[in-house]
Amino acid sequence: MPEAEEEQDVARGRSLWSGLISFGLVSVPVDLFPANRARSVSLRMIDEDGTPLSRRYFCPQEEEPVDWDEIVRGYETEKDKHVVVTDDELNALEPEKSREIDLRRFVELAEIDPMYFERAYFLAPASDSNKAYRLLAETMERAGRAGIATFVMRGKEYLVALIAEKGILRAETLRFHDELRSAATVGLPGIGKPDPKQARAMEQAIRDLTAKEFDRDELSDDYAQRLRALVEKKVEAGEGVVEAPEGAEDEVSGGAEVIDIMEILKQRLQGQGRAPRAGAKRGAEAKAAGLEDRSKEELYARAQELDIPGRSAMTKKQLIHAIRKA
Amino acid sequence: MAARAIWKGVIRLGDAAVPVKLYSAVEDRSVHFRLLHRDDLVPLRQAMVNPQTDEIVPYDKVRRGYVTDTGDIVVLDKNDLASLEPRESRDIRIERFLPQSAIDHRWYDRPYWLGPDGSAGAYFALSAALRKSGKEGLAHWVMRKKEYLGALRLQGDHPVLITLRHAEEVVVASSLKAPGGRGLDKKELGMARQLMSMLEESFDPAAYRDEYRKRVLELIESKSAGRTVKFRKPARKKPEEDLAAALRESLRKERKVA
Repeated sequence: MPEAEEEQDVARGRSLWSGLISFGLVSVPVDLFPANRARSVSLRMIDEDGTPLSRRYFCPQEEEPVDWDEIVRGYETEKDKHVVVTDDELNALEPEKSREIDLRRFVELAEIDPMYFERAYFLAPASDSNKAYRLLAETMERAGRAGIATFVMRGKEYLVALIAEKGILRAETLRFHDELRSAATVGLPGIGKPDPKQARAMEQAIRDLTAKEFDRDELSDDYAQRLRALVEKKVEAGEGVVEAPEGAEDEVSGGAEVIDIMEILKQRLQGQGRAPRAGAKRGAEAKAAGLEDRSKEELYARAQELDIPGRSAMTKKQLIHAIRKA
Repeated sequence: MAARAIWKGVIRLGDAAVPVKLYSAVEDRSVHFRLLHRDDLVPLRQAMVNPQTDEIVPYDKVRRGYVTDTGDIVVLDKNDLASLEPRESRDIRIERFLPQSAIDHRWYDRPYWLGPDGSAGAYFALSAALRKSGKEGLAHWVMRKKEYLGALRLQGDHPVLITLRHAEEVVVASSLKAPGGRGLDKKELGMARQLMSMLEESFDPAAYRDEYRKRVLELIESKSAGRTVKFRKPARKKPEEDLAAALRESLRKERKVA
């Protein structure tokens, strides 16, 4: 579910996290965006008539989809026994400075074992002045240092390495030490002496196959290419093509056009496309004006402010309902 | 305790064949919650629902569709999907070697340790050859009907295979333009550099713990024991406006500590 929400936010051009990078007493307000895109060719679930389906939760006892305000989060302590944990309780566990990446340590970039790297995010300046952002990026890049810190995002704590490249700051999440298994824990044997002839033959094979430079075209997605070719063939033959029904798209993707992350980043790095801070005032106005008159987009933004779980999968009606309850 | 292998394959390198087992190098330690029905605390199931009618569509009636740029949907039937599947094979083909770090960590997805499958002779030879050459291999293989790309490299003494992201999945910094503005103040740059050197250390991954995860588990434990839990509101910090003053004050503070 968090992944789905993340994707929806990205598709709407929203940052995944906003906060401050602290470098001593210098604060750098930033918005965080993913540096990785989902595969472009993910398939959608549809019914036999081609209607796009939504993933919903249902109670196995009633065979009926369950409304979001009837759903709670539970942790299974023993079989069929759950402890219910609320959003408020989880929020209260966040560190006091949960909106801060506090850079207390800087390490040499080359020193970080690549096995630790998990995912990358870009950081865009989030204040009118980008001077502190540029100062930090420039200083880190010149020194070849990465800043190390932990921070909490969307109910999970991350260890990050802040890296500056070409004047742009990246936050790369690192696996925690106890999330990586060593060769010894896995039970690998010590490396014994190889047969010299066999080793030499392999060395020769490596030499024969060595290229000087890495060409990213070698990382092409062959499945995606085959899929696109098949779809093209079917479209040409007019085989199995269902025209998008009016309004169906709104239900599934939330009525927002999917924007490529690259376009968002290009804007945000230049300080453009930043929405005014959605404050409590706007939220209150929205409530007063009658939720029914609001667009789904606005309702979603409100649901996000209220941190309503499962909001990305909600229809307009469900959003209104959940906001009233919140 | 030894871990269980997740897959077995054979590395094909020139004429050589190296039978290996793959072991996940990552251990999932996240706290997994289940979604429950509020009233009876029964775990909920997921189902595909027609959003217009709210009706559940049984899985044998669910099809896959490709959404075109114009929003039309191309329905893919069983045969279509089968025709897209890669050919099953145990081969891990290495058709390219590159200088170390040529494929940098931005492409990395998940790491797997490689162990010998059966006789370890070829496995030892591969490890020795990787060490001697100082190169990394670009691997292609099919595992559970899915194609993978990977970097074959040495991690310490042992070979690892790290799955790689596809080219289009990674946005590289060189395709973006950095935030611009007036030239930075030399004095401020100097102070920033000084502050950074005071905070320099060597990387010690064991020094960091997932404190939040620990607190979540503690919360669950105390709730499970029937104890009540106290709340506190997170505080916020106001950004300092004057950059030079903030740097000067930070340096003064750090010197005091040192």
